[in-house]
Amino acid sequence: MAGDLRDGRIVIIGASLAGLRAAEALREEGFTGSLTVVGDEPHPPYDRPPLSKQVLLGLVAADSTGLPMRRDPDAEWRLGVRATGLDPLGKRVLLADGESVPYDRVLITTGTRARPWPKAEEAALDGVFTLRTREDAGGLAERLAAGPRRVLVIGGGFTGSEIASACRERGLDVTVAERGPAPLVGALGGTLSKLAAVMQRNHGVDLRTGVTVTTLRGDGSGRFSGAELSDGSRVEADVCVVALGAVRNVEWLADSGLAAGPRGIACDAGCRAFNMYGIVTDDIFVAGDVSRFPHPLFGYQMLSLEHWGNAVEQAEVAAHNMVNPGPLRRPHLALPTFWSTQFGLNIKSVGVPTFSDHVVIAQGSLEARRLAMVYGYQGRVTAAVTVDMAKSLDYYRHLIETAAPFPPPPGAADRAIAADIPVPSDVPDPKGLSHGPTVALTGYLPDRRLTVVQPRG
Amino acid sequence: MRTVVDLTHCQGYAQCVFLAPKVFQLHGEEGLLYAPAVPDDQAERVRQAAAACPVQAILLGEEVSVDGR
Repeated sequence: MAGDLRDGRIVIIGASLAGLRAAEALREEGFTGSLTVVGDEPHPPYDRPPLSKQVLLGLVAADSTGLPMRRDPDAEWRLGVRATGLDPLGKRVLLADGESVPYDRVLITTGTRARPWPKAEEAALDGVFTLRTREDAGGLAERLAAGPRRVLVIGGGFTGSEIASACRERGLDVTVAERGPAPLVGALGGTLSKLAAVMQRNHGVDLRTGVTVTTLRGDGSGRFSGAELSDGSRVEADVCVVALGAVRNVEWLADSGLAAGPRGIACDAGCRAFNMYGIVTDDIFVAGDVSRFPHPLFGYQMLSLEHWGNAVEQAEVAAHNMVNPGPLRRPHLALPTFWSTQFGLNIKSVGVPTFSDHVVIAQGSLEARRLAMVYGYQGRVTAAVTVDMAKSLDYYRHLIETAAPFPPPPGAADRAIAADIPVPSDVPDPKGLSHGPTVALTGYLPDRRLTVVQPRG
Repeated sequence: MRTVVDLTHCQGYAQCVFLAPKVFQLHGEEGLLYAPAVPDDQAERVRQAAAACPVQAILLGEEVSVDGR
């Protein structure tokens, strides 16, 4: 049986980080059959995190972030062609060029795209950007290098904050407009979001919170010239970056019968996709940003993660499970981990900070701009965030993995009193924010026995 | 040659910054920025940096060739 699984036809849909790592891992696991990787972008797999950092700072070119291969996956690369459908009965992937690719097993790693500005006419103004692809970053970096009067960033999530940081470092005036009470509040909760707000203002960002951008204005010749805000104020700017979070690339699966929706494609701990009746498939696998999977440390809630590390780890588990029989399969249990570099600070997180009710500062302090904050939920450690204290993070990872009590025991804190006084974690409802969460708890509702099918058209 | 640093594992020891300062640089206390496309004259230094990384977070390799097979 195992011999059969190491042969046959595997198709990977999505040629970014998760797709590349899965292709490599399939060969490492001994897969000798035919491997096809389909990607809608015309480029070989490239790395996205540098696009909002090194590239916007002008340190490296947008087209220079191609990912290194760990090994040549000996795949047929179908790049620049979009997958338009999946026929799970005929076992074929349908492509935009009219062709279809047959498969024995398929891995979906189609990821996300930038959430566009909702008004298409305004989004089309020259000078209005989103930031997701190499082309987005190249175009935006060029505009920043040209020295615009002011840049308007809509959304104070990680991407928006990193863009604002790059602008300030380049000496550009920048306004950040965020509907929530502070930047990063959706990901890190109240206390650290206040630090993020202070850092932005100290670095000269014109931070506007509790407001939404209502209208993007053109100058009459199709160039962006400014925006109107919900508080009646107006921002004059030459460049606008829409950083409203990500949209999962699932529309192409609408007729596939899979459990694919705005929160991603639901799969089991072994990366096998569920169909819309909640029945697990055994030949359709999912990994990376487009997936939604249960995690035992977070109440078996389905998690949607937009994390580099998750794409890598989940791709490897999916690849392993695609070429191994049931009893040898592995669960994807890696702890969510991410990082962000902005305003001179290195922010790293492990666990799920939004799965929390209280926090304590266990090491360092807000005043020092150097700290480790521990998040707890119902008396258990569920996450930790460090600011310029990355070396401490593994310790807290261990506390989370072992379900250590919250507040953390003595030894975890260098400031005993602070660690004794938990404060509410103050995680807001994501509905009230401009920026989409990069970790979404997408719910586990055992009382909902109904499947609602709403076919398009 | 291309490089990518697994920044979820990077702990800011900065050994790479000392060994290949033209490719790796610290941004603030421990944020690492790097040039993913390694210039040929830096390749040896980057190999040393990858070997010296205490958490082995630096990956080197060739970019995927689009011609494939």
